[in-house]
Amino acid sequence: MIYYIAFVLIGIGLYGIVSQKNLFKQLVSLTIIDTAVNIFIVALGYLHGAEAPVYSSVTPLANFVDPLPQALVLTAIVISVGTLAVAAMLLVHIHEEYGSVDAEEIRAAKEVIE
Amino acid sequence: MRRIWAILISVVFLHFFIGTYFPTLPEFGNIDMYRRVSFDYISKSTTTSYQPVEYKKSKGLEDGSANVVTSIVVNYRSFDTLGEVTVLFAAALGVGILANIKKRRIEFEEHKVLSVATGMIFPLILVFGTYVFVHGHLTPGGGFPGGTVIALGFLLLMLAKNEFKVTDAAKHTEQVAGSGYVLVGLIGMAVVGVFLANFLPTGTIGNLFSAGVVPIVYTLIGFKVGAELSSLVSDMREGDKV
Amino acid sequence: MSKLVEFFMNLELIDWIFYLVGGLMVVFSIFAVEAKRIFDSVLALSAVSLLSVLLFIVLKAPDVAITEAAVGSGLASAVMIFALFRMKAGEKK
Repeated sequence: MIYYIAFVLIGIGLYGIVSQKNLFKQLVSLTIIDTAVNIFIVALGYLHGAEAPVYSSVTPLANFVDPLPQALVLTAIVISVGTLAVAAMLLVHIHEEYGSVDAEEIRAAKEVIE
Repeated sequence: MRRIWAILISVVFLHFFIGTYFPTLPEFGNIDMYRRVSFDYISKSTTTSYQPVEYKKSKGLEDGSANVVTSIVVNYRSFDTLGEVTVLFAAALGVGILANIKKRRIEFEEHKVLSVATGMIFPLILVFGTYVFVHGHLTPGGGFPGGTVIALGFLLLMLAKNEFKVTDAAKHTEQVAGSGYVLVGLIGMAVVGVFLANFLPTGTIGNLFSAGVVPIVYTLIGFKVGAELSSLVSDMREGDKV
Repeated sequence: MSKLVEFFMNLELIDWIFYLVGGLMVVFSIFAVEAKRIFDSVLALSAVSLLSVLLFIVLKAPDVAITEAAVGSGLASAVMIFALFRMKAGEKK
């Protein structure tokens, strides 16, 4: 079921953050974790045989899925893109300062400076 | 060596969560709606007693929008949306400060097909984005995807024509729309006594002019998010203001 | 063996869609983490976002699907690719 898919994706994102040396790849793994957590939260509110939570002429009875997780995930998606933009600009500044975006090369360049 | 540590950490995390957390979750698709607070949000009766809601027939309810997710985001939990608008503003401010790098701006090659096609499609994209955030209380969508579609239209214009700049008018629009949201909250406080209360009359469910303050707030949010995201992308493209 | 056959017989349509789309998402995200060039990583991330829109539609959440489609495939990729262009523009000098 879908809880397993969401947690396997979180596991892959965690593997990406720990094992990759390039800072940009770590940012991509963080975004994968964000997407997987959003899927998990929306899947917590599903009801078999129910409809999307919008009153219309085709749903006379109010048999809806849970709308509260969807409202929370709406906020989370927009905030994650704002965080992504700030992190990408920080990486551009790091590249200008040290010459590369690789964690080992930055550590070597910092020891040369000090 | 690093990969082995990474796989080990990942497998331990997965085993811990799947082993001890999954049994406490409800079974997928079998939730008990009557014990959750969303039941009050769906039947629009948090303070009064439960009455069934009918499309295009019920009048004068607590909250008159047909889209239940909109009524949660803008009416019942409107303070969280104010916080989200603030976080987006802080992110755009951060990018605007950090984009001050002394490099030339990114230049694209102009392609004839893209220029002609953009001239035909750009007004349609703007109309579609406006439709999505004006009808936020009737159909799925709302202010945030509508504003993003408008910003994507401006991104297309930026790619098609090399000399296009997003001027300071976008920043002025963002300021006015953001302050407008707080102003609506303060007017609600003056009229009813609670910050961000719904002070306009809520009409019949399903009409365009219904749900009180909700279409006004979503229009303001649509303008703010559209102007903010287009100026964010434009700041990343331009370099230092030499 | 018979338990496996019984497992496949009891799946409904929604379970088939979950496992197919979920399997594709896992494959694309492993590719996004292990690619050699960073540009391929960004493209695979955009594909993961687009497949998650399919899952949101099947879970009956149209608001979230429209928001994720507009934000995940358009704006996140544009922001990352502009940042990559800025980093490469400094190296050539």
